Amino acid sequence: MSQFLKDYIKVKKHNFRIGVKRARLSKSCYLFLAPYALIFTMFYILPVVISIVFSFTYYNILETPRFVGLQNYISLFLEDDIFLISIKNTFMIAIITGPLGYLGSFLFAWLINELPRWVRSVAVVIFYAPSIAGNCYVIFSVFFRGDAYGYVNAFLMDTGIIDTPQLWLIDPRYMLPVCMGVILWMSLGAGFLSFVAGLQGIDKAQYEAGYVDGIKNRWQELWFITLPNMKPMLMFGAVMSITQAFSVCDVTRNLCGYPSTDYAARTIVTHLFDYGFSRFEMGYACSIATILFLMMILCNKAIQSLLSRVGT
Amino acid sequence: MSDMNNNNMAENKNVNTEVQETEEEVLQTVTESEETVDEVAEETASEEAPKKSLIDEEEGDVLKATVVKETSAKKTKKSKKKKDDEEEAYHKPLIKRRKPNRSIAGDLFLYLFLILVAVLMFFPIIYAVESALKPLDELYKFPPRIFAQNPTLDNFSDLFVTMSKSWVSFSRYIFNTVFITGVGTAGHLIFASMAAFVLAKYDFPGGKTFFKIVTVAMMFTGYVTGIPNYIIMSKFHMIDTYWAIIIPAFAFPMGLFLMKQFMEGLPTSLIEAAKIDGANEWTVFSRIVMPNVKPAWLTMIIFSVQALWNNPASTVIYSEEMKTLPFAMQQIQAGGIARTGEAAAVLVVLMIVPIAIFIFSESQILETMASSGLKD
Repeated sequence: MSQFLKDYIKVKKHNFRIGVKRARLSKSCYLFLAPYALIFTMFYILPVVISIVFSFTYYNILETPRFVGLQNYISLFLEDDIFLISIKNTFMIAIITGPLGYLGSFLFAWLINELPRWVRSVAVVIFYAPSIAGNCYVIFSVFFRGDAYGYVNAFLMDTGIIDTPQLWLIDPRYMLPVCMGVILWMSLGAGFLSFVAGLQGIDKAQYEAGYVDGIKNRWQELWFITLPNMKPMLMFGAVMSITQAFSVCDVTRNLCGYPSTDYAARTIVTHLFDYGFSRFEMGYACSIATILFLMMILCNKAIQSLLSRVGT
Repeated sequence: MSDMNNNNMAENKNVNTEVQETEEEVLQTVTESEETVDEVAEETASEEAPKKSLIDEEEGDVLKATVVKETSAKKTKKSKKKKDDEEEAYHKPLIKRRKPNRSIAGDLFLYLFLILVAVLMFFPIIYAVESALKPLDELYKFPPRIFAQNPTLDNFSDLFVTMSKSWVSFSRYIFNTVFITGVGTAGHLIFASMAAFVLAKYDFPGGKTFFKIVTVAMMFTGYVTGIPNYIIMSKFHMIDTYWAIIIPAFAFPMGLFLMKQFMEGLPTSLIEAAKIDGANEWTVFSRIVMPNVKPAWLTMIIFSVQALWNNPASTVIYSEEMKTLPFAMQQIQAGGIARTGEAAAVLVVLMIVPIAIFIFSESQILETMASSGLKD
């Protein structure tokens, strides 16, 4: 055993020495990486570390941080009812819009794949436009206006489905579903583009081989040829849609107000903003951010391990 | 005839071997060769007038001329056939041969579904554009119309009037946003491509780990880092300056990721060749690699512009004269019912820039996204 350990340490030392030598030889590489790495560390890595550290303190910017242990987390889960509502809302939105948006991105990318070239490029613009149209979603507040002149209300009343106008964006019962619809509308983003490009890149010979081998319909073709080829893009798309699904805040804030009635449209991010930038309770906000961070990373890892089994 | 041909051949040999010839002999060979030319022309039935004059001019090199004539005749035959093929390819049947494993019902159903969804998806955008063009009396018409009957640009001019009456002039807001978007995107492009270049093309200790960290960073949003970023920026006295938005945008992880994936497709031999020719790392990067990854530039630009153009930046910028266009637009939208038309104009102004960039660079962006896969 001790011999094994010695050998192990020897090998590690040797590897380390080689690593140092190679690092010395590739100085210019580090020079190229340095500017990006510096900024990236400062604004993407360091903040995560800081937010984990500050989540154990009471900090309000003016006073020096005071260590409070797990107090922030305890009060988040046991005392802060609004936080529980926001977690519930975020999960509802993430569970419904995340997978639906993801499947939708893939489905539409796959459907437009076989169209002629110019139709395809028009279709890509049509489907991708909502996600880059800035805050164009605000137009939905016109459709869902609470009085009888709102289009949705007018339509439903004319057809006799409802007989009094519904306050779509004020009534807690309808807020979340309306927001989810709007988020779904915007969900064909970078993942969708990645799918479109990936589908174009699949080797046509594989499909021909598939016909010869007796693939009967488009669904078999999808499962046995297309999906296995698309695995890297599927991963990328999953990362994009999970990140999007958990970070909903602008849509709910602009459509339902901030704060919304009964906090029915509050998400974790709006809660974070409330404590961070309105009340300046940075320690508390950092603990919310840490929870959001952990949720996103864990969810991503789980989905990735699930996706690696696709198409086998 | 065959005698004459033989004679011709013999004479031609003479021409080739003996450069100096008497004029009479030359004249004889020319007349003979012209006859053979006629023969060839009859066989191939192609125009030969220019060739004939060519022979007349080059009296000395007759054999060569005839050979040229023959081969050119063959060539015209071949090229004609080729032309036909090309024409056939050009007149491709409009409806492609169907793939063997597709059902017509399935196709119809799926495409109908696709068209329906496409209409639904595009409707809000069309509606936003149309309501920006509607005059005030049409905005509240009931039942509502999608398309404006008397389209005007009044809403846009009203928008400018409202903005010019504001405390900070409208051009300042535009300048702020353009400045932030421009500098942020340019810096992001340079820094991220430099890092992507070494990560994609060199194997050095720590490179792979760094890239893994960047991919993890794509998995959480800017909201997670918002609060600590605020703390860091306030330590560096960056709050309430443009840099509070611009500098973090330099290190936007998605740009590095896409650029690195795209650069991996670049042949390493290209870089090696440049190095053998005596280029240093920087020359290789700026002269060889960057011109070859233009599609990836455009992709980085669209994602970066999209993030910066719509950034209201209300959490890190407080001074009114530093505020961005989206923030000013939000103020106008908050103006209520009287400003509905202007608010719609605002939406159009804000969405037109990213969509226009996307439309003009779509094919390049898709080329880049083809290498966007995430390997585990």
